Amino acid sequence: MVRVDGNGSAGSLIQVRGLDKTYRRGNEDIDVLQGLNLDVDKGDFVAFMGPSGSGKTTLLNLMGGLDVPTHGTISVAGDEITHMSRSKLTEWRARHVGFIFQMYNLIPVLDAFQNVELPLLLTKLSKAERRKHVEAALSIVGLGERMRHYPRQLSGGQEQRVAIARAIVADPTFLLCDEPTGDLDRKSADEVMQLIKRLVEEYGKTVLMVTHDPVVAGQAHTILHLEKGVLVEAGARQGAVTGGAS
Amino acid sequence: MKFMRLIVANLFRKKARLILTIGSFAVALFLFALLGVVNDAFSRGADVVSANRLVTINRTSIINTIPLSYRDEILRIPGVKYITHDNWFGGVYQDPKNFFPQFVIDPENQRQVFPELIVPEDQWNTFLKDRQGAIAGAATAKRFGWKIGDRIPIKTTIYGLQDKTFEFNLDGVYSGAKPEDDETQFWFQWEYFKESVADRFKGQIGWYTVRIANPDDAPRIAKAIDNMYLNSPYETKTETESAFAQGFVKQFGNIKLLIMSIGTVVFFTLLLVTGNTMAISVRERTNELGVLKAIGFPDRAVLGFILGESMVIALAGCVGLLLALVAIPALSRTMAGLLPPLLVTAKTLVYGVMAALLVGFASGILPAYGAMRMSVINALRRV
Repeated sequence: MVRVDGNGSAGSLIQVRGLDKTYRRGNEDIDVLQGLNLDVDKGDFVAFMGPSGSGKTTLLNLMGGLDVPTHGTISVAGDEITHMSRSKLTEWRARHVGFIFQMYNLIPVLDAFQNVELPLLLTKLSKAERRKHVEAALSIVGLGERMRHYPRQLSGGQEQRVAIARAIVADPTFLLCDEPTGDLDRKSADEVMQLIKRLVEEYGKTVLMVTHDPVVAGQAHTILHLEKGVLVEAGARQGAVTGGAS
Repeated sequence: MKFMRLIVANLFRKKARLILTIGSFAVALFLFALLGVVNDAFSRGADVVSANRLVTINRTSIINTIPLSYRDEILRIPGVKYITHDNWFGGVYQDPKNFFPQFVIDPENQRQVFPELIVPEDQWNTFLKDRQGAIAGAATAKRFGWKIGDRIPIKTTIYGLQDKTFEFNLDGVYSGAKPEDDETQFWFQWEYFKESVADRFKGQIGWYTVRIANPDDAPRIAKAIDNMYLNSPYETKTETESAFAQGFVKQFGNIKLLIMSIGTVVFFTLLLVTGNTMAISVRERTNELGVLKAIGFPDRAVLGFILGESMVIALAGCVGLLLALVAIPALSRTMAGLLPPLLVTAKTLVYGVMAALLVGFASGILPAYGAMRMSVINALRRV
């Protein structure tokens, strides 16, 4: 269940309380997020929409531990991340967050297998264990036959699927998707969205996604609108802010 | 070790750039080895000389002679074991380009004073009995393809002998006890020389080499020799063989300073080139480094990747040292007689590897530190 009123249960997977983010540009303070509250339960699939500059990506970065808020707290699975040191936050990201970017962000000099293996290099898994995990992740995204292909040898949709495999291979607590279909044609976008939905429905993954595309957002359980840094409207596919999975 | 693949993959991202950067290292290290070897060759005279030998020359300069009669007087000084004398012959074999040092020696005392230059006993005995006999160093004999028994004509223009050709029989070939010993010399007998030169040279020698019993006595004996001939027409200057060798090298100028200057400029330029290459390489993949950080690679791992790349390039550049191992001996053979033997020593190679690693570290540390400190958000924004 997703709530934006700050009254979520203590058992929520992600709890955001009073989140402010202010950037300073020259002498001017720009308030990107203002007193934002959010509760997301395990297995939720949330889409954030809003115009450019509304703070969607900033919110995603804060929840992913890539940035720190000006005020407020973020707790994920009981870990309060806003006061973690830079190195602790890096360790935390490795264990808890799977990132899916708009431009796939694969390493071009590594093949699909090696790209997916990257997060596992930070674990104590043996080479054989890493291989097993990578093969499983690539098989989930339907690219088991293309393990030795380099990014330049794959289509955009396939590259994004490799990026998804990389995001899930270490079995993170939740996935953060920043415009995951923004650089894809409709057919590829549909395939990628089907895959993300499968991760939620079959594997119980929690997914937070930023998108401009209402069709893509419509795949999520809950759609939240951000405007000028404020959560001004919230809706779910079945009409309620707190609506669960459809 | 599991990160090595990532380092290697990144290195091969731009193959042409990689080859050129490694090539820069290789050329610089080859030059480093060559300069080091040349420096060693010139300073070796001072390093390989015996601690118990003194050299006595005319106080004015080595080209001025001193009387042969000093020999017995010097020999009487307490602490002196043996004394031998030499003259510089300065002859030409076939062509002036075929330079090698020729010395008129005192066969009676040569081997007692220079025991490290070894002549087989039978060859030495033949030489002693042959007035026109000669002994050549192994390097010179090899250079000209001489065999024992060959007749060797050498023409000289000094000692008042205008274009006189001396004929020699090659009776023996000497070898150095150590690889760095000079094997380019050509020796022949004082008696043969004496009967051919003008009268004013007959009782005059170029320099004495004195072997003493105890190296600690060197200052005392040197002073005793020079004091003995103070205010005479032929004042002497006696110094240890090491000081003499160093003074001889100094005649060419400050070779060590020259070599150090060239080496410093080469490595500083290499540092700028590789530092710039590493900086460009990091800038080109700022976004990828941001991704690595985002998915949990710690800052120190990113630092390690960049430094690892620059160190691997530096180590690959050590191929220049291997090239030096092959090329310098060949060069030494070509330059035999003109330069002392050029030997690539383990010390030179170790210093070369250390210099490469130092430059590799220095060129990588700034870009690596920048990548380490870079914020993930800013890195991900870069395309």
